[in-house]
Amino acid sequence: MKELREKVKELLAGKQVEMVIGWEKSSRSLQATPVFIDSPEGADRLIFDSTCGNNPAVYFTKDSRRLVKDGKKVGVVAKGCDARSLALYMAERQVKRDNIVIIGAPCRGVIDANKVAALTEGREVLDLSEEDGKVTLKGRDFDLTVDTNEILSSSCLACTYPDARECDIFIGEARGEVPNEERYTTIDDFEKLPAEERWEKMKDIYSRCIRCYACRNVCPSCYCNECFVDQNDPQWIGKSHEITDTMIFHIIRNLHVAGRCVECGACERACPMGLDLLLLNRKIAREMEERFGYVTGVDAGTKPAMADFREDEKQDFIMG
Amino acid sequence: MKDWQPKILAILCTWCSYAGADLAGVSRIQYPPTIRVVRVPCSGRVDPLFIMKSLQSGFDGVLVSGCHPGDCHYLSGNYVARRRFAMLKPLLEFMGIEPDRVQFSWISAGEGERFAQVMTKVTNDVKKLGPAKRLVKGA
Repeated sequence: MKELREKVKELLAGKQVEMVIGWEKSSRSLQATPVFIDSPEGADRLIFDSTCGNNPAVYFTKDSRRLVKDGKKVGVVAKGCDARSLALYMAERQVKRDNIVIIGAPCRGVIDANKVAALTEGREVLDLSEEDGKVTLKGRDFDLTVDTNEILSSSCLACTYPDARECDIFIGEARGEVPNEERYTTIDDFEKLPAEERWEKMKDIYSRCIRCYACRNVCPSCYCNECFVDQNDPQWIGKSHEITDTMIFHIIRNLHVAGRCVECGACERACPMGLDLLLLNRKIAREMEERFGYVTGVDAGTKPAMADFREDEKQDFIMG
Repeated sequence: MKDWQPKILAILCTWCSYAGADLAGVSRIQYPPTIRVVRVPCSGRVDPLFIMKSLQSGFDGVLVSGCHPGDCHYLSGNYVARRRFAMLKPLLEFMGIEPDRVQFSWISAGEGERFAQVMTKVTNDVKKLGPAKRLVKGA
């Protein structure tokens, strides 16, 4: 943390960047809040730990594009997934590499507040401390020590690229590429079920969706000016939480982020209903990797998969 | 139920598959009267949302057909479409929707015979599955 603050101070004092986006402590102990630092003194507010869940890349799209106007540089503290989002933006020409300074942070995974709430039965956690793979959660009338892995976001448990690959400065100790063999075990297990059971599980997940769009709003890859679910003319799908409308929303959202999802898990952590939203994303990510050898955001130079093609691609799904 | 005929939406590209359907028609080749045709400028125009919406509205099956690879009037529309379908098809199957409900094919303007064969095949496949239940609004 000290190293991070020193570096940011240096960058701001030397006018190398106009601003740095990072996280600071918030009133909620489990979720740090994004912060915009524009003076060297402000750098002391920065923190980096397992509560820094939000993907700060989102601030480089939509209205926030003005952040990097006039060739000015903005610094951003980035976990592995955040840097992948930024690499995606570069490939999609949403941001120029020259306009951002990526400060890689030593990510050890982030906490999923939904998992914590299940452990504490909804009681609020007022303070947490981490040590040696254990987290101690303190509340008004409880004191709970659990393995960090128990409350980490599912996306972090399956993470392959914890370090910012595309980065200018790296703070702390990098972990390198983590070959994660269990990355697709949830998909394998799900695929082994008979179709009826898979469908029942899908219904079970999506019938609980309340269509709050928190998943879409927090998603770094969802930055359309107008989302298809908000269109009225034509209105493609109903706006209520009717199950088929809800499922189509999720199917199409997943296809819109196909080859663009970096599996940061922000959707799952933002979901107030604690739905297993990454299941479909992971399925698509695997199809992408197996069919096209494409992994989102690991190389800023690669053309987005869905905007690309090869003439001799496998087409086993098309009638012979 | 014995007389049940499926309703199938055929989304056809105007340059190849639609012309193929036309040729099947003028050649008086017989195929099952189960399809309703939507003509699109290119298979690349087909948004997966169209397919989802058709299933939701009660179609028992959807067929999307375009020009053969290398034959696209717009050079690469069908290649882009192919990637899209490559993601949609396994995703629907993964979710537990019968794979034969949504099918893709390439039919050229000269393949009237093949057009009839494809329609017969899709109709038979969907007949085997019976009326659509999953993803259908109000079912």
